[in-house]
Amino acid sequence: MTRAIAGLLEAVLPPLVFFAIVLAAWQAATTLWEIPVYLVPGPQRVLDAAHEHSAELLSAMRLTGAGALGGFGLGLLAGTALGLVFSQSRMIERSIYPYAIFLQTVPIVAIAPVLIMWFGNGFGGVVAVSFILSLFPVITNATAGLTTVDVNLLELFQINNASRAQVLFKLRLPNALGHLVTGAKISCGLSVIGAIVGEMSAGFGTQSFGLGYLITAATGKLDTAYAFAAVICSTLLSLAIFATVSLIGATILTRLHIAPRSSTTNP
Amino acid sequence: MVAEETAKLISGQALVHARGVGVTYKGAIPALAEIDFDILPGQFVSIVGPSGCGKSTLLRLIAGLVRPTTGKLSVAGTRLAVEGRKASRLSFVFQDATLLPWRSVRDNVRLPLELQQTPRQQRDIAVSQVLSLVGLSEFEFRYPNELSGGMRMRVSLARALVTEPELLLMDEPFGALDDITRQMLNEELTNLWTQRRWTGIFVTHNISEAVFLSERVLVMSPRPGRIVGDIRVPFAAPRRHDLRSQSDFGRLIGEVSACLRRTGT
Repeated sequence: MTRAIAGLLEAVLPPLVFFAIVLAAWQAATTLWEIPVYLVPGPQRVLDAAHEHSAELLSAMRLTGAGALGGFGLGLLAGTALGLVFSQSRMIERSIYPYAIFLQTVPIVAIAPVLIMWFGNGFGGVVAVSFILSLFPVITNATAGLTTVDVNLLELFQINNASRAQVLFKLRLPNALGHLVTGAKISCGLSVIGAIVGEMSAGFGTQSFGLGYLITAATGKLDTAYAFAAVICSTLLSLAIFATVSLIGATILTRLHIAPRSSTTNP
Repeated sequence: MVAEETAKLISGQALVHARGVGVTYKGAIPALAEIDFDILPGQFVSIVGPSGCGKSTLLRLIAGLVRPTTGKLSVAGTRLAVEGRKASRLSFVFQDATLLPWRSVRDNVRLPLELQQTPRQQRDIAVSQVLSLVGLSEFEFRYPNELSGGMRMRVSLARALVTEPELLLMDEPFGALDDITRQMLNEELTNLWTQRRWTGIFVTHNISEAVFLSERVLVMSPRPGRIVGDIRVPFAAPRRHDLRSQSDFGRLIGEVSACLRRTGT
């Protein structure tokens, strides 16, 4: 028990000490060299700004979080569905999979305004941008999980004259869970980026504002401390979503006795 | 005319019947060539040969996972893969345990019955019986990642036996185990075979294991694999541990080894 606590301290203490040093240096630098507040506000300023705008920041986090989770959820569903289709037909996989890879190479910042044009300013557009960004890791991981099944296991099913549906539900889908969790962990972080980029293009015309809009608006007014506070809130949001998804994923895999990040390879 | 009649009679009796069977994978040199054999119901036959001689291909051929490029192969009187598997209630034990990690021991063993849609009640009885047969009753709720290699192989064996197969194909099932575990599992296997008398085809490159287990050892040549020897092993069943220290046992091992050496490996 004491050893566990000691181990935890050993892991947590050094980064905390380093963090404190950086904060102190940052504060000292801004006061010593009299760096203008609109360029780099000191940590105290940022904290003040966060406190002053706490209501807006909280409601922005909620809105951005909802947009990101919406995009992530849709990405998870659609990505898994596409993976399922790919696993059932090599022909379809061969014809469509290259475009799924192509999708990843489209710069999201370039396509965001177009998506906003299609799905409208506000929440719908933000979800659409977040969805497009979340989709890719789910497609690749779901497809990998559903198709890279141990050859002997496939033969075992064949020897027992298993139907296609039995192979899918009793073998391919459970086999894909480890990969799906990996995909979801990558994808949920991207969904927050997507939501913020979406809000930067779609912030206008909505009654309530997300973090992306707050960052654009605050930097526009040279309120750098407020912008910093919004950036920190975005990071915290990302972290919270990632931690939740990781925890849910790890719980499911442990319950099912599947090794995390299981990448079953063919012999 | 008479020879043809005799051939018909033999093929009618044999559970597995191969005449002039060859397999050539696309664009590669032949894996198997001119394979002839008959395996009678209830026989335990081992196939030994150098690695890469097509022993595993031969088993996959019998299981209907690979089709012969030339020649005729029938299982339980049919050349159709699915029919043959159903009629012979074929089971297969792989080199690795190949268990589903997300299923407990019990659920892994039940899998073939689920896939073959055996009535639920029958399943539970069959699973419990076979688990106690291989001594796994206490471990039925454990998961594969909680078991040793030998235990996992035992689960794999139980899964193959749960359907009460008439034809059991085994592809070097104990190859990855240490020698003592292998010997103990060999003894269990010969006991199980004595009780149930399924037809067993056992691929291995361990000569001592082949002689210990089987009534007949087929020796294969290097690629393209042909059958170059068919050696009878006359010991009574079930075979006991002390058989390994008898001089006749040693003599037969010598005979199989000599036959393997003649193939030029």
